[in-house]
Amino acid sequence: MELLPTIWFVAIAVLWTGYLFLEGFDLGVGMLMKLFARNNTDRRVLLNTIGPVWDGNEVWLLTAAGATFAAFPLWYASLFSALYLPLLCVLVALIFRAVAFEYRGKVDTERWRTTWDWAIAVGSFVAAFGIGAALALTTTGLPLDANGDRSGGPFAWFSGYALLGGFGVVAFAVVHALAFLALKTDGEVRLRARRWFVRLVPVAVLPMLAWMVAVQFLSGKAWTWVIVVAGVASVVLAWQWARNGSEGRAFAAIGAFVVCATASIFGAAFPVVIPSTMDPAFSLTISNASSSDYTLGLMSIVAAVGLPLVIAYQAWTYWVFRRRVSSAHIPEAHGFLPAIAAKVLVAKENTSPSNPGA
Amino acid sequence: MDALEIARWQFGITTVYHFMMVPLTIGLGLVVAVIQTLWYRTGKPEYLRMTKFWGKLFLINFIMGVATGIVQEFQFGMAWSEYSRFVGDVFGAPLALEALLAFFVESTFLGLWIFGWKQLKRGVHLACLWIAVIGSVFSAYFIIVANSWMQHPVGVEMVDGRPVMTDAWAVFTNNTALVAVPHTLFGALGVAGAFLLGIAWYHLWRRRHDGIDVIGADGRLVAGEANIPGRDKGDYTVWIRSLRIGAVVAMISFAGTALTGDLQGKLMFEQQPMKMAAAEAACHDGTGFSVLSVGNLGAKNCDDIVAVIEVPGILSFLAKGDFTTEVKGVNSLLGEYKEKYGTHLPDNPLYGDRAGQEIQYVPVMEVTYWGFRMMIGFGGVAALAALIALWVTRKGVIPGSKWLMRLAVFGILAPFGANAAGWIFTEMGRQPFVVAPNPDMNGIDQVFMFTAAAVSPGVSAGELMTSLVVLTAIYAVLLVVEVKLLVKYVRGGVASAMPELAHTKGEDRGKDDDGAPGPDKADDVLAFAY
Repeated sequence: MELLPTIWFVAIAVLWTGYLFLEGFDLGVGMLMKLFARNNTDRRVLLNTIGPVWDGNEVWLLTAAGATFAAFPLWYASLFSALYLPLLCVLVALIFRAVAFEYRGKVDTERWRTTWDWAIAVGSFVAAFGIGAALALTTTGLPLDANGDRSGGPFAWFSGYALLGGFGVVAFAVVHALAFLALKTDGEVRLRARRWFVRLVPVAVLPMLAWMVAVQFLSGKAWTWVIVVAGVASVVLAWQWARNGSEGRAFAAIGAFVVCATASIFGAAFPVVIPSTMDPAFSLTISNASSSDYTLGLMSIVAAVGLPLVIAYQAWTYWVFRRRVSSAHIPEAHGFLPAIAAKVLVAKENTSPSNPGA
Repeated sequence: MDALEIARWQFGITTVYHFMMVPLTIGLGLVVAVIQTLWYRTGKPEYLRMTKFWGKLFLINFIMGVATGIVQEFQFGMAWSEYSRFVGDVFGAPLALEALLAFFVESTFLGLWIFGWKQLKRGVHLACLWIAVIGSVFSAYFIIVANSWMQHPVGVEMVDGRPVMTDAWAVFTNNTALVAVPHTLFGALGVAGAFLLGIAWYHLWRRRHDGIDVIGADGRLVAGEANIPGRDKGDYTVWIRSLRIGAVVAMISFAGTALTGDLQGKLMFEQQPMKMAAAEAACHDGTGFSVLSVGNLGAKNCDDIVAVIEVPGILSFLAKGDFTTEVKGVNSLLGEYKEKYGTHLPDNPLYGDRAGQEIQYVPVMEVTYWGFRMMIGFGGVAALAALIALWVTRKGVIPGSKWLMRLAVFGILAPFGANAAGWIFTEMGRQPFVVAPNPDMNGIDQVFMFTAAAVSPGVSAGELMTSLVVLTAIYAVLLVVEVKLLVKYVRGGVASAMPELAHTKGEDRGKDDDGAPGPDKADDVLAFAY
């Protein structure tokens, strides 16, 4: 009975697609904090485009990981332990990045903001790179032994595919974010984002495209080759639409590219979830890595109700915050006069409560 | 240290740390939601101020819970791959459901709440907070279901050496979870209660100290105003009300944790008798509760432990609800465990160097004995302090004593200590098992796993040490940052969370007329949390 494992393989591919599509642009916006924004107002415009949604986007990663654990425990165990150090980097990056979003505006000094801006930019880069590398390696192969454990030391996972996947997701995230900014901002930022997008997109999709094609050569099928072609077509459309100023379409088209990427990559890899580079007999597949049908059935029912709900209320969030953000909307950073300032305000004014000084 | 020990330290440190943020998130979230509801119903300005102020502190803390939570989900696979393989069929589901049904809700609706003050209708905006808070409660439920299965496996069958879920209802209504969930939630409320109480006390004390509030002839307080944004008469109301809410919440929390804790204790005496015997350092069968035991509690055996003060009957009451039933001590349990689960670890490569070693069934009693007492002690002290605080401030006056104020502020830490101690006790008390056997269910009493077999075989001690050092260092730095920010915003008072208070005070900041179109209040795209 392979139906339920197949369904869950598809479900996990869908979760990764959702993650790359949604967090793709907020990771990209994070990197653009240092690459694209020219001053603090720009940076705050950028932050406010993703402010209400980035945390919800990140949950797609948690759900993808959790669903892998539940549906394919052996896949989860082998992948996460084999990639111990790269995933540690991803965790550190995600920690700093999340904290930075929240804390950046909490102290009104240049040094404080710059520190957290770097945390956001570098954190976004490392997270995107690490996730890309991990996905590339699970679709191209890891040195797994018979028990599913990595052999050959802490860096034995490394291969050219890791770089391809890493740069693939990083570069995609950057152009996806530019398309997103062109759609979500107004004024100079919007125009500049569109200009950058048109200029960068033909190059930026190359590493991910290379990863897609590489997987096709390893394990491709006719229909997955077709999807690769569709991916290329959507990039061309995105480029053309962005040149014409159709920002919504351009964003949708570059989003379609990443959908094609995951569909062609996971489609080609199916039914293997991690090929073993030591011996094909050690490869993990949807049959030898999956949970019982009982567990998968239970999860299917919950996901069939839960996932559409998630999509619905996340879509509603984007609807609520659909207005474009521009520098005109950004008020001054609010430094505040502390109610309790250790020495200055209180001094010896205790006896004249009406005027403790300023 | 070998890989196993490093991995355990890492799990312990990251989990205890994560669980400093989580109870404050859950408890404070509930409190802020109630306060905002009061504002929605009454329209009183002090409730809006309280919502904004406590909401700000809530968010500063919330993000740390989010950031450190990701580590938790990843490290099962990274550091404990054998564990993940063994339990995945049943343990993965609650984790996946937690992400799908709780984390999405929490993060999405909290984003709506933070940024939606102007976009959403008041009722919808309030509903978003409630949904997010309920999401956090659900997340507590799911993760405790997962943990409870490690404490007391149910609803499974062994197939090819691995437990396979056969009864999801049993897993999701595990009686261990059903008492642990309310116990944890009440514990979280305790953290929030002390947090409100301590900070409100500090502000009220400071208002007196700064001469803003004075005491009238009738012994009651006369609130005054200072020429600082937000430090007006309404400010007094904000703090006194926060203080009372905090004190009441702390007391409710203690009552709740005591009741559920009693149920949980009775359950644990059946499900993990060794854990409870170790919590008492009770070597011999008996009925007495140890008030003070001395000796070498860390020795994992009973050779050197003397109960100095014992209250007869109380242990039986804790375990069985009467005063006479003999409760089994460590020595007689040891024999039972050895008979049922073996005397030595199997000769299996999964156990690494530990294969074939003798199994230590007695947990580290230093930890279980004192952990149990610290949990109860800290919780009790906090509740007692809350009661005294309510009484002392019944006329609305905070004592002028600086030391009392400091006590109130540092008292914030007590429930944190109680929460941490409780979890350390229950997790360490489960050792040497990572999945403890379920003694009272035929057929699955062989579903258990020794912690020694759970660690990732392919991951080196060096890798684990790297992550332990890196994560601990980062966590330490971030703790300093979080506390500094909390202190800054506490000192900032309500105006730090409501810049509009500063503007309505007629403070001309003189920067709005530089030609650029200023932010139009009615047309704000976002509430500009960033």
